[in-house]
Amino acid sequence: MNKNVLLYAAILVFGLAAPFVFPAFKVQLSILCVLIVLATTWNIQGGEMGYNTFGNILFYGLGMYLCASVQVGMFFPLAEWTESGGEKTFVHTPSQFFQGMAAGLVVAAVVPTIVAGLIGYAILGLRGHYFAICTLGLGVAAGEISGGIEIIGAGQGFTTPPFPNVGGLEARGEFFYFLSFGALVLTFIAVRAIYSTRFRLILNAIRDNEDKAEAMGIETMKYKIIGWMVSAFFCGLAGGIMGGLVGYIDSTDVAFDGREMGVFMVLMAILGGKGTLWGPVIGATVFHIFKEGFWTFFLGWQYVALGILIVVIVIYFPEGIMGWLREKYPERFGEVVDEADRKAQVELK
Amino acid sequence: MDFMVFQYPMITVQACLDGILLGILFALIAYGMALQWGVMNIINIAQGDLVILGGYIAYFMYLYGIHPAWGVIVSPIIMYFVGVGIYKLVINKVVDRDLFISILATFGISILFMQLMNFAFGADVVLANSGYGTTFLFDSAVVLPNSKIFSAFVSIVFAICLVIYMKKSKLGRAIRATAQNARAAKILGVDTEKVYAATFGLNAALCGVAGALISITFTIHPYMGLPYTIRSFMIVIVAGLGNLPGVAMSGMGLGVFEEFADYILGTEFRIGSVFLLLVLILVYRRFKLSRKREYLK
Repeated sequence: MNKNVLLYAAILVFGLAAPFVFPAFKVQLSILCVLIVLATTWNIQGGEMGYNTFGNILFYGLGMYLCASVQVGMFFPLAEWTESGGEKTFVHTPSQFFQGMAAGLVVAAVVPTIVAGLIGYAILGLRGHYFAICTLGLGVAAGEISGGIEIIGAGQGFTTPPFPNVGGLEARGEFFYFLSFGALVLTFIAVRAIYSTRFRLILNAIRDNEDKAEAMGIETMKYKIIGWMVSAFFCGLAGGIMGGLVGYIDSTDVAFDGREMGVFMVLMAILGGKGTLWGPVIGATVFHIFKEGFWTFFLGWQYVALGILIVVIVIYFPEGIMGWLREKYPERFGEVVDEADRKAQVELK
Repeated sequence: MDFMVFQYPMITVQACLDGILLGILFALIAYGMALQWGVMNIINIAQGDLVILGGYIAYFMYLYGIHPAWGVIVSPIIMYFVGVGIYKLVINKVVDRDLFISILATFGISILFMQLMNFAFGADVVLANSGYGTTFLFDSAVVLPNSKIFSAFVSIVFAICLVIYMKKSKLGRAIRATAQNARAAKILGVDTEKVYAATFGLNAALCGVAGALISITFTIHPYMGLPYTIRSFMIVIVAGLGNLPGVAMSGMGLGVFEEFADYILGTEFRIGSVFLLLVLILVYRRFKLSRKREYLK
């Protein structure tokens, strides 16, 4: 326990000091925080509950559009804003910007949660690959449909309000870094708290055998929807922050980007290890470092590299880093190892 | 919104005919999907990208002065080997595993293919001009390009050939036996590994035919693959595995639905409505089954 507190304190100190220690990587670090949030929330579905979803991108994109729309719509007419494209006749004052951002983030988190609750009953009744394909369809449909809606910019995209002129570029980076770091801390605390309750056991029971869980008297549907709503809350929040960070929202390339972010969150969770608390965090970090390091090398070829990466990870590394560590050092994970039993297993192999 | 459809009955006829001709093509792709799903128990997200690749083969023949209709012969032959290659490299490692693994792995292949095609062929929307002209029906109120009729005809011919091949040939029998019970087939001397490779190759060849036809009738673009995957998936789940008349019917139904969505909602919502229809169909079936305390599996 004592060791854990030290670890968390070290990470917290590192997180708070990071933008000042590595001032050049502020944007990258903010993106990393968002990626960790997404991977962690995907893990609630894919890892703990056994419902492999491609649809969390729906909440992410929804949050992104909602946050920006609220931020603009609170003070200016939204339709004129999106119509004018990049050239702005309206300018947010600093207080308007921050008020709008705060309200936008609240809406961006709450509305996807409600949406998840509403569609959850219908969608979560599907199982296995039907669920996966259905959520894939949902994500792509959302992208295609939002690309046809005029008021949020349709095909030409939506420029989010630029950061007000207080403190310049440095302040912008720090603001978004601490915002996303805050979201990360919030997510981690919430997920950790959830995982220490009976709720995680119920989710695991659903993953292992849903029919039996139901037979044991667990209202599986209720817990599935709650889990999905928790995911949606943090995905929406992450989307709202990411929208402000990127500064430009496009329906299929930024918001409902099933080909990038939608796959990334699955990949990061699998790379780190499904069904563990730390797996998605490690997976996202490794993935982000790898991606940023190699993306510049493979400039133009990044999707080729991504495709190969997906295939390699899925085929050769489905247990992830945490799974590998667990196999190697089971004692560290609190498993009691019977030496004779282990030897017998090794011989069997 | 445009309610032309209700004011001019000829547009309805046009949409229905277009939809049916298009749907036959979808059914051909869906048949390949059903084949590999039934035999190998994998869902291939890269299906649509195989279609597009087949289309580019026909398009290149057109660029080099050969009539693109010959693509219907050449493209499946090349695509068969592409399919077997993909099987040997990737698919044989995911056949016995969880379905989600196969979905994700083929998703990776799909992204890879998309980008490679983008490099090789450029990001332009292209079309191989067959020069078949058009047919006018009902006082030129309904316009049908002959290429669409040609493509529907060729699809039907290929589908019939394939059905006969599956019924009569040795390999077809082996494929059907493996689909019923892979283990028993193995015991009785069927080389299931070979059967799997052949199945995936056949599926890719079917995609090649469909792609060549699509390059003649419609347009192809490196990123247009995923909608074809979703369409074929949808057709298969509506019709069920191994129900060929059902596949044909639901393919045509989907084609007609799409044409009407195009007219009524507008072209920008066409793809979106296909994906939304998939979600609605799945949800409808889920509620229907849940009355019997069952679920889709």
